[in-house]
Amino acid sequence: MSEKQQPAAFEIKDCALIGISTGRRAQSLREMRDILQDVHEDSIYYHFWGHLLRPRFDNPEYMNDFATWAHNCLHDRKLSEQLGVIDPADFDNLEELRQELVNVIEERLDESDTVRWASVDEQFHFIRSQIVVFDTRVSVGDPAELASLIPTMSLGSIFYHFIDARTREPRGTDDFVAWLAAVGDEYESLCFSLNAVDPYFATLSELRQTLAAVFSSCLRREAS
Amino acid sequence: MTVSLNDYAPIVGEDVIDHLRQLAARLDGLKVVHINATRVGGGVAEILSTLLPLQRDLGLQAEWEVISGEGEFYECTKRFHNALQGNRIAIPDNLLAAYEETTAANAERLRATLEDADVVIIHDPQPAMLIQYCPNRRGKWAWRCHIDASHPFRPVWKYLRKSVTQYDASIFSLPDFTQPLPHPSYLIAPGIDPLSEKNMELDEEEIQSVYNRFNLDPERPIITQVSRFDRFKDPIGVIAAYQLAKRFVPTLQLVLAGGGASDDPEGEVVLNEVRNAAPNDPDIHILLLPPDAHRTINALQRVSDVIIQKSLKEGFGLTVTEGMWKGKPVIGGDTGGIRLQVINHHTGFLVNSPEGAALRMRYLLYNREQRLEMGRKAREFARENFLLTRLLREHLTLMVAMVYSAANRIDLG
Repeated sequence: MSEKQQPAAFEIKDCALIGISTGRRAQSLREMRDILQDVHEDSIYYHFWGHLLRPRFDNPEYMNDFATWAHNCLHDRKLSEQLGVIDPADFDNLEELRQELVNVIEERLDESDTVRWASVDEQFHFIRSQIVVFDTRVSVGDPAELASLIPTMSLGSIFYHFIDARTREPRGTDDFVAWLAAVGDEYESLCFSLNAVDPYFATLSELRQTLAAVFSSCLRREAS
Repeated sequence: MTVSLNDYAPIVGEDVIDHLRQLAARLDGLKVVHINATRVGGGVAEILSTLLPLQRDLGLQAEWEVISGEGEFYECTKRFHNALQGNRIAIPDNLLAAYEETTAANAERLRATLEDADVVIIHDPQPAMLIQYCPNRRGKWAWRCHIDASHPFRPVWKYLRKSVTQYDASIFSLPDFTQPLPHPSYLIAPGIDPLSEKNMELDEEEIQSVYNRFNLDPERPIITQVSRFDRFKDPIGVIAAYQLAKRFVPTLQLVLAGGGASDDPEGEVVLNEVRNAAPNDPDIHILLLPPDAHRTINALQRVSDVIIQKSLKEGFGLTVTEGMWKGKPVIGGDTGGIRLQVINHHTGFLVNSPEGAALRMRYLLYNREQRLEMGRKAREFARENFLLTRLLREHLTLMVAMVYSAANRIDLG
């Protein structure tokens, strides 16, 4: 049995993002590099994760806005692949992520005699976001109850607890794992399985399905 | 018909209404004033007429005031509008003098209300200069630009910028429209009211009545553009596209339905140009409708097979969302806010020429199943992204952020 104290109930939140223009825009790769060096880190966050809450019909070729711009507007396929493979979940904080972006772009600039330009209507607009966190007034006391609610959680709730959580303390951990770890050691394998879920390549509704399946199978295994 | 916030729950969900109430709880009793240039006609007036009652329902003391002016004032503000949308159009000193005098007179009338308000939202360039005449304002002011200002004619933007920089925030529909400003520029797309007369469900009899009223044949395909008669809406291009498509779809009917706005002095000139472009074709129906013909427009959109909005410049294009909400695919000009709404091959098609529009007309009329499927997708896309409740949530977020000087996180939990 765990010797830990019973933690507080898990309060389910919901959220929405609102975009704010930074007023900065890049038309060339060099401008992109220069702005990335000091743009607000909320803008890095927005361009890596914000697309999850934006409407889309197709699976995008790349999972962050920088790679998409390199592909669609600079027509630099090599760079778009190099930017597209950057997984924000690999980095402890947004500053490290920013540095990786700058490094990749600088390497690409070093390789080329000419600087690629986008057309005037295809400039990259640096946007940051404000997040509004809503109270759903639903809280749960045990993991089985949480598991039963995940399939019907709003996409905003999934974003808040599984994506946004990684930028809050404790850094790099989603809210589900943080809470389960406090509930008791018996959920270690569930935490392990949740940590193995890669949030970067799925839509929020796919992520919700995956999380529901992970909760369900791990708790079933625990019970048997 | 009095509509309350709860009436929207069956359309958008209880959770969306609850989010609005949580935000509004931080703003209870807040005095909010919206200012624009016209009470009826045009998208801004339409948005405000539906937004205000809901803001009041949420406990805000929301008011809507309209500035007034004479011919030279509107001549000047129309030039502002066209210049912000990229026309290289000079504004003579006498028109600027009329603009400043009229603004000063409106400020005299409105100063007490404006200086006492907690939040003032000024819509578009016409009333933008009011801020300069309210030195003792105590609240937060935001400038809402509904126009595609991505490539403004610089001398005119330089003139307006002197006023705009004094605001605490600005609001643009798209990042492309923003200009460097010393305050936060929020990105908020407009939205339509699904319960307004323009968008509500109508009974079949009322829908069918427009066939007789406007001499339309229910057995033949109809393509409709609803817009003010304005060159940026490219009604002439729509006629050209229709004429190209009609060679292949001889039964095609075109409806160009529009009205005027009281702040638009060019409307009649453009209407005459449109009439001249379609002199002898009984299948082109040019309808000049009064500003309150919302149900008529609603029915016309519903009897249409395809909606077109072939604008050359467009801040947003509420008529695009209106068509989508009625389950119609939209052929839209590849510009401005239309790009947010028309997703190629999903909710319609973006086009860059009359030829492109004609091709897509033919495609959609030929492929019935595709047309219906796109229409279904378009309605859901509108529901999730472009309804009034989302617009209201973002307005409330902006107000909370301004009033409480919030940083990147607003926690209502």
